[in-house]
Amino acid sequence: MDWLSFIEFSLIGIFSGGLLSLVALGFVLIYKGTRAINFAMGEFMMLGAYLIYTAHSWLGLPLWLAVAFGLAGICLTALLVERLVLRPLAGQPVVSVLMVTIGLGAFLHGAVDAIWGGRNLEMPQMLPRKPLLWGDLLIPGPIFWSFWVALAVIAALSLYFRFSRTGIAMRAAASDPITAYALGIDVRRTQQLTWVFAGCVGAVAGTIVASISSLSPALSATALGVLAVVILGGLDSILGVIIAGLVVGWLESIAVGFFGGKARDLVPYLVVLAILMVRPYGLLGTRDIERL
Amino acid sequence: MNLSPVLSVDDVHLRFGGIRALSGVSLQVAAGQITAVIGPNGAGKTSLFNAISGFYKPQQGRMVFEGRDISHTKPNVRAAMGLARTFQNVALFRGMTVMDNIKLGGHHRMGAGTLQAMAYWGRSQREEMALREELERDVIDFLEIDHIRHQSVASLPYGLQKRVELARALAMHPKVLMLDEPVAGMNREETEDMARFILDLQEERGMTILLIEHDMGMVMDISNHVAVLNFGQLIASGTPQEVRSHPEVIRAYLGAREGRTPAAQQG
Repeated sequence: MDWLSFIEFSLIGIFSGGLLSLVALGFVLIYKGTRAINFAMGEFMMLGAYLIYTAHSWLGLPLWLAVAFGLAGICLTALLVERLVLRPLAGQPVVSVLMVTIGLGAFLHGAVDAIWGGRNLEMPQMLPRKPLLWGDLLIPGPIFWSFWVALAVIAALSLYFRFSRTGIAMRAAASDPITAYALGIDVRRTQQLTWVFAGCVGAVAGTIVASISSLSPALSATALGVLAVVILGGLDSILGVIIAGLVVGWLESIAVGFFGGKARDLVPYLVVLAILMVRPYGLLGTRDIERL
Repeated sequence: MNLSPVLSVDDVHLRFGGIRALSGVSLQVAAGQITAVIGPNGAGKTSLFNAISGFYKPQQGRMVFEGRDISHTKPNVRAAMGLARTFQNVALFRGMTVMDNIKLGGHHRMGAGTLQAMAYWGRSQREEMALREELERDVIDFLEIDHIRHQSVASLPYGLQKRVELARALAMHPKVLMLDEPVAGMNREETEDMARFILDLQEERGMTILLIEHDMGMVMDISNHVAVLNFGQLIASGTPQEVRSHPEVIRAYLGAREGRTPAAQQG
């Protein structure tokens, strides 16, 4: 492989890593906010994409309205899930919550399959298709723009957590719920909001993934791949998973360039495995994470 | 002293399985006074605090705050009603700055709710500015911590961390300020500073304070009223002079029969 294609594969890899970072952020939000790993993340992604698809293609809403509709639907779903499924489990071992999210994922998966069927659907155009030509380098348009959308969402959330009052309260409740409670912060409310944010992050990511490839229930499997990113970055580190997303995206792309498409899923995980042997708590994670 | 109590704890029993953490404890906290709860380790002092702030649910008894029975009120609601507390081990949010920690104390007083705060940027921002000004004036300057307000709390020495925690509790506009061992682990100088702040709060602002403390010297110096717990029971209560000479207290503290060193005199 020559230098030019190395640079090209690297750029494509880093740009597609943005989406990985975004999905990983969804995992980290839930983990930091509730100490649970949400195995239904992929189903949130899928459901968000299906809702937007339905609003646009079936109800004929303009795209921006369809996106708003889809996000509202995901917010509602996240609130219901928090209220009906997770709150009754408050105080139970983390493993129980984890199992319930797996069940929740299966339920959402089945529901989507039952309503929309298992076939591939054509998502509306979300991102410009036109490829970018930089000299001899060619970057596919959707991948390039997906990176910036992901980055914008991540930046907006980071600013929110850093500066807004509710965001700071959410961080407080995540880092020490008892003390937050004693300060008069409604910890249940902040946990609800955490689910809403994570759901929206998932819906945005799912919609972009579906518009780059196509929409089918198989979309939910994307999130499982992202678990490697989350573990690599550190379950409780937002910055860690952003970096890890870009690293894994780059590794995937380079693996494809060197060894062909089959290596795509193998090489990055070998590297992640190797890194985890040295840093079992991830790149920027805290050491005292409970091993599951 | 015939002031009516702001907070009264009435015959509270708290059990964890077979362990009786509190057995029939009653306590009155008078407005504008400093009330101290003392007792040897494991006497149930912190359990009493946790029951008052709502983290533990007593099996029996009730707690009345400003005429309202709060026995079944959630901790965050009790906090918003004006029961502010600090913790025995510094419980600051370590990743945040001093200012963010203190502002969180004012969180519950902001009118705009969670969703409103997201939607009404203008209003919530104005509230935020007002809160900031008030905190700088009434809390940060008062506690002499303006030089560190933009530092991360994790980098501060222990004595200052305790002071930031007090600042955060003050930001809550407490009607009763509950301090769990405010000078534990402090050196002489830090202890004197903290005692002075606590006294100033009472004398200048008429604040009602309920504190737990091991440092007998400080308790006897600044408290108006002292209650003594031992093995979950109230064994004495009164002015510092009355309590000091109470035979039960001397037995509990000095361990007359066992002849151990007086644990309470350290610090």
